[in-house]
Amino acid sequence: MRKITYGKAISEAMHEEMVRDENVFILGEDMGIMGSVFGLTKGFRDEFGENRVIDTPISESGFIGMSVGAAIRGMRPVAELMYVDFTSVCFDPIINQAAKMRYMTGGQVKVPMVIRAPEGAGRRNAGQHSQSLESLFTHIPGLKVVAPATPYDAKGLLKAAIRDDDPIMFIEHKLLYAGKGEVPEEEYIIPLGKADVKRAGKDVTIIAYSRQVTFALQAAKELADEGIDAEVIDLRTLVPLDWETIEASIKKTHRVVIVQEAPKRCGYAGEISAQIMEGAFDELDAPVKRVAGLNVIPPFSPALEDLIYPNPKDIVTGVKEILGK
Amino acid sequence: MSAKKHGKELSLKFYREMSKVRAFDEKASELFTQARMSGNIHTCIGQEASNVGACQGLRPTDFITATHRGHGQCIAKGGDVKLMFAELFGKETGYCHGKGGSMHIANVGLGILGANGIVGAGIPIAGGSALASKIKGTDEVTLSFFGDAASNQGTFHETMNMAAAWHLPMIFMCENNKYGVSVCIDRVTNTEDIADRAKGYNIAGVVVDGNDVFAVYDAVQAAAERARKGEGPTLIESKTYRWHGHYEGDPMVYRTKEEINEWKAKDCIARLRQDILANHFATEEELDKIQGEVKAEIEAAVKFAEESPFPEAAEVTTDVYVTDNERSVTR
Repeated sequence: MRKITYGKAISEAMHEEMVRDENVFILGEDMGIMGSVFGLTKGFRDEFGENRVIDTPISESGFIGMSVGAAIRGMRPVAELMYVDFTSVCFDPIINQAAKMRYMTGGQVKVPMVIRAPEGAGRRNAGQHSQSLESLFTHIPGLKVVAPATPYDAKGLLKAAIRDDDPIMFIEHKLLYAGKGEVPEEEYIIPLGKADVKRAGKDVTIIAYSRQVTFALQAAKELADEGIDAEVIDLRTLVPLDWETIEASIKKTHRVVIVQEAPKRCGYAGEISAQIMEGAFDELDAPVKRVAGLNVIPPFSPALEDLIYPNPKDIVTGVKEILGK
Repeated sequence: MSAKKHGKELSLKFYREMSKVRAFDEKASELFTQARMSGNIHTCIGQEASNVGACQGLRPTDFITATHRGHGQCIAKGGDVKLMFAELFGKETGYCHGKGGSMHIANVGLGILGANGIVGAGIPIAGGSALASKIKGTDEVTLSFFGDAASNQGTFHETMNMAAAWHLPMIFMCENNKYGVSVCIDRVTNTEDIADRAKGYNIAGVVVDGNDVFAVYDAVQAAAERARKGEGPTLIESKTYRWHGHYEGDPMVYRTKEEINEWKAKDCIARLRQDILANHFATEEELDKIQGEVKAEIEAAVKFAEESPFPEAAEVTTDVYVTDNERSVTR
């Protein structure tokens, strides 16, 4: 099978959906002439025209609000925020408008919009361009949150997200863009809410999403060398959450490590942990372990930035801890 | 006033609509004071000419976004007062099945894309609707109602800039009623007219007497025509006044009785009535009859709302999502 990058996979998903459905259009900063800062929409404007590939001014609140209006009028906007950090500028249209519009109108409208937003540390971009904010959105009823780890998942999930009738935060990790993986030529869709067992194992379950899946798999490999057989679950979508896959794995391994790049305090790993305590406590042979980012602001200095988020070694340490090794 | 120019039929139609808006909000105020309704009620008494003139200047197929003071805007765009009162009572029969309440009445079929509890938030939503019309190549116009206070929100600037740059078929309809809750506009802005801001975006800016329904109607019609021809948006500032407080129960320590009385003397409904009488379009008795019919319609609406059932408990979790609703709600 051919191998393409995560960035190319996202680009293909948008392209295919724009060809398939004329109601799909994209908007955001530098999406047109420049083809987006990560180069994902190069050539789109020439092909689809200025009406469907819209270069917005730097007005996040305005164009995310406009996406809500266009969505309730039957369009399917795919808006890009250059960095997830910029959602702070447009919390109202995301949280008070997009998320609530269907419920508050008694089910009259649908808000089929996707907000693509790169997150994550590791590029020396400092405090306002390196955060992982998914837990803010998982807290809000009405939003769905997707965070793919591989090119295959990114393409299949983005196509599902664009076709979904609810507002979706599609959170990409900027350090995954250049990574390659197998992606079939033929069309496929990955349904939202279906986790993927990226590695089967019997001794411990490592639950991760986004870039930390790649770290969890590296950790699992190291652990295997030491005779520990780890199962790695990639959640892929945080809302809706695939509880069945989590539960089935815990029934097999009885031990869980949850990994996230975001700061530990009030992060999504805490939510999964609580759900496991409520729903599968009897299956546990050890307390649930979280391996997560430090509760700090992303620093600039490379020497400091690399300390703030978990690496494969931290995951290995976490697993050994709950195994008592 | 130009009832003569617009003729008997339109004048009487406006009179009926404006009377209905007033009767609705007077009743809502009364019910709230009697604690027969809960939540917040923001009445638009005094602003009826602005609501009715604006919506009547549009086609039924056009769209609006309403404000949290939006009862009149919704009625003027075709809202059924029975279903509106039911919504205010939190009943199943309401426009939003009781899930939106006074601040969130919407009906897409009527072109009402939603009232909003966040000041200025409806402006970009209206911009998105106008963008949708432009992309689809259809000729609907979207009008965004907002108040003077919302004109100081970033969404006003951001949307006006984009709508102007892209020639969107949109009307920015500022109902300047002088107050953002307790703060008078002249304490927080340095200019006389909000409409002046249109110059900064190179679009048309118009000030109208918001208590003259025909002036509002003419301005919106002209703006809608420009929008449909691809000539872009217009900012209309309708100078008007709310007689009641920001919310029902507001002690109104921020303005004088003299000021309120001065504006009550400019009552838009009384003005229209005088104009109709002067042009012999109707007699006092005929106009009183309209008032009576409107009040009866409002009473029937309240009865309908009070007698309607509350939503079933199961409805509390429906419609959070379109797809995966059950799973996404429980986990």
